[in-house]
Amino acid sequence: MTGLLELLGLGASAELLSLSGWGGNLLRGLANSLQIAFGAFGLGLVIGLFGAYGKLYGGKVTRDLLAIYTTVIRAVPELVLILILYYVGSDIINKISEAMGGGRVEINGVAAGIWVLGIVQGAYATEVLRGAIKAVPVGQIEAAKSYGMPAFLTMRRVTIPAMMSFAVPGLANLWLIATKDTALLAVVGFNELTLETRQAASSTRAYFTFFLAAGFLYLMVTLCSGAVFARVEKWARRGQPSLKGGAR
Amino acid sequence: MKLKALLAAATAAAALTAGAAAAEQVKIGIAAEPYPPFASLDSSGNWVGWEVEVIGAVCAAAALDCVVTPVAWDGIIPSLTGQQIDAIMASMSITEERMKTIDFSDPYYNTPAVIVADKSMDIEPTPESLAGKIVGIQASTIHQAYAQEYFKDAELKVYQTQDEANQDLFAGRIDATQADSIAMADFVNSDTGSCCEIKGAVADDPAILGKGVGAGVRKGDDALREALNKGIAAILADGTHEKITAKYFTTSIY
Amino acid sequence: MISLKELMQPHRIVMMLVFAGIVIWCAFALRWDWIPKYTPLALEGLWTTIWILVVSTFLGFLLAVPLGLAQAVGPWYLSIPARTFCTIIRGTPLLLQIWLLYYGLGSLFPQFPWIRSSELWPYLRQAWPYAVLALTLSYAGYEGEVMRGAFSGVAKGQLEAAKSFGMPRFTMFRRIWLPQAVRNVLPTLGGETILQLKATPLVATITVMEIYAVSSRVRSDTFIVYEPLLLLALVYMAIAGVIALAFRRFEKG
Repeated sequence: MTGLLELLGLGASAELLSLSGWGGNLLRGLANSLQIAFGAFGLGLVIGLFGAYGKLYGGKVTRDLLAIYTTVIRAVPELVLILILYYVGSDIINKISEAMGGGRVEINGVAAGIWVLGIVQGAYATEVLRGAIKAVPVGQIEAAKSYGMPAFLTMRRVTIPAMMSFAVPGLANLWLIATKDTALLAVVGFNELTLETRQAASSTRAYFTFFLAAGFLYLMVTLCSGAVFARVEKWARRGQPSLKGGAR
Repeated sequence: MKLKALLAAATAAAALTAGAAAAEQVKIGIAAEPYPPFASLDSSGNWVGWEVEVIGAVCAAAALDCVVTPVAWDGIIPSLTGQQIDAIMASMSITEERMKTIDFSDPYYNTPAVIVADKSMDIEPTPESLAGKIVGIQASTIHQAYAQEYFKDAELKVYQTQDEANQDLFAGRIDATQADSIAMADFVNSDTGSCCEIKGAVADDPAILGKGVGAGVRKGDDALREALNKGIAAILADGTHEKITAKYFTTSIY
Repeated sequence: MISLKELMQPHRIVMMLVFAGIVIWCAFALRWDWIPKYTPLALEGLWTTIWILVVSTFLGFLLAVPLGLAQAVGPWYLSIPARTFCTIIRGTPLLLQIWLLYYGLGSLFPQFPWIRSSELWPYLRQAWPYAVLALTLSYAGYEGEVMRGAFSGVAKGQLEAAKSFGMPRFTMFRRIWLPQAVRNVLPTLGGETILQLKATPLVATITVMEIYAVSSRVRSDTFIVYEPLLLLALVYMAIAGVIALAFRRFEKG
């Protein structure tokens, strides 16, 4: 193996990327990236679920406010949103905490990243989930209501399971956006994969090697998640007629 | 799926509240982008360099419980005013422009600004010589302010880090760069920097280039400023400053 | 579009008043004195953003057509490379792609001294060609995937009818297949272009002076944080609005 790499003139690159070299840093960065992406995706889902319900069943004011939220978030570049949310967010939290008599709140990098990207994800998730809930046949929800099922139980037992198959492709896409958007946090100085790569690259001057290696890591994440989501989609569609080769 | 979401939200909330409980730690902000030989990351993920050691020594002398916190250089002052960090010790020069927004401790080092260019290029550190040339500078630095004021006839390219400007100097995309003399001495002695040499220091303008490098603190945070001043004075007096300097440089930089 | 009557509902009037209040508060409580000094620079930056957006969208779309076609009907030696390209572009962050192209390629230049004396050097020295290239490839990658669906979505019967009339293959492509595929993707094109707009600030990290870079410059010169960012967000919203309206009109007409 080493001989082969040496032959290709890649010996130096392999040494740089080894775990005892800078490879460990990249993997640490990847772990941070995934943690932030995971949290942001989760927070986005929560916001999205409330947002979708608000948009579908909320009052006029709720609906208008949510429309403003989704429109603004989807029209402004993520990089700009991240800067605004990052600086404004910590400022507001501190002001609130001081007003309530509490001390200063320290926000660690991962939490701040989750909050910033989660707000962005929430806007997209709202639209995805709204579409999915709308696709659930009204009769099913009405049937639950007529049995006297409480609203929350209806949501948990009927709406969410029924909408899953419609929501999964959109959510898969959102997850991929979340993993890739973590790269933007490099610009505000979070130690995620892209910043670790940049640090490694500028310390060793091997820009090409490290950017390629990071690209490979991101690609692996994408491909693996693709496989996972394909299974999830299959599971969510269980019991439904297959889309492929169905009756025509 | 929902469980995951709740879990993530709960972790985020926990991280927020847990932070609030931590007592009186002083967060010292450094630039997240490497700035050798003052602060850079080694391959095991630790921050090393002259300034990192000085931070440790100052905090020890002032009996402060310091945590080194990397923040993007570009947003380091907003991070300070936004209370994400308590002090900046990132080779930030004390300038009048910055004093409008933040306060500074006493200086802990002082070095001139120099122009670096390719060895084959006949460049002098003067506005006339740089006219029509492409000059690379790091964003939000005294060098950017200086170049914008004096090198009006040069084409300025603004980089997020000095390292990227150096990289483009090496690649030949820029003709020259202006930066700190010590950082540049380190660069021209490296493999990639062998292309280039220091062409000389630019004419001093204390209003822009400042009065040395100090620790930045929030306006009105006099307690911390005094503590840092005391720490800086102590390491200057007991020779710690000199000892750390000798490890990295051949000449004194105070 | 929302009619005036719909806009005049009580809750909306209240919201507009609140919004107007916020705007007035912003106008007086925040600092805007830097605007006159930076207006020329901002206009230049705006122009850079717009031309980079237009050029990269246009070139990207041109590249997306063969990519979509190759994936939809091409033989394996065309479809596999096309699919690989789309997967790589869509699977990695654009910021990383931009840095790889600019700094990655740049770090290789000194190994080839002849590059500096070549005719391409004046372009290779500047940042915008890399910005345009990266954004074009990115748009092509995402839109190529959409075009694949669009080409497969054209009804087979129409193509068979054209064939039975003895229409040459290229004419068939030009007259029937392409127009229908383009009409299929038109509704998504507006959204994709807005996504492309949102990607443009990333090129500021490789020294292109577009509108985002101008706002960073204001931030670093004056230490004013929120105001330039808020104004910047407003500018992007305005451009996105114009794009959305333009595509809506285009779709109808």
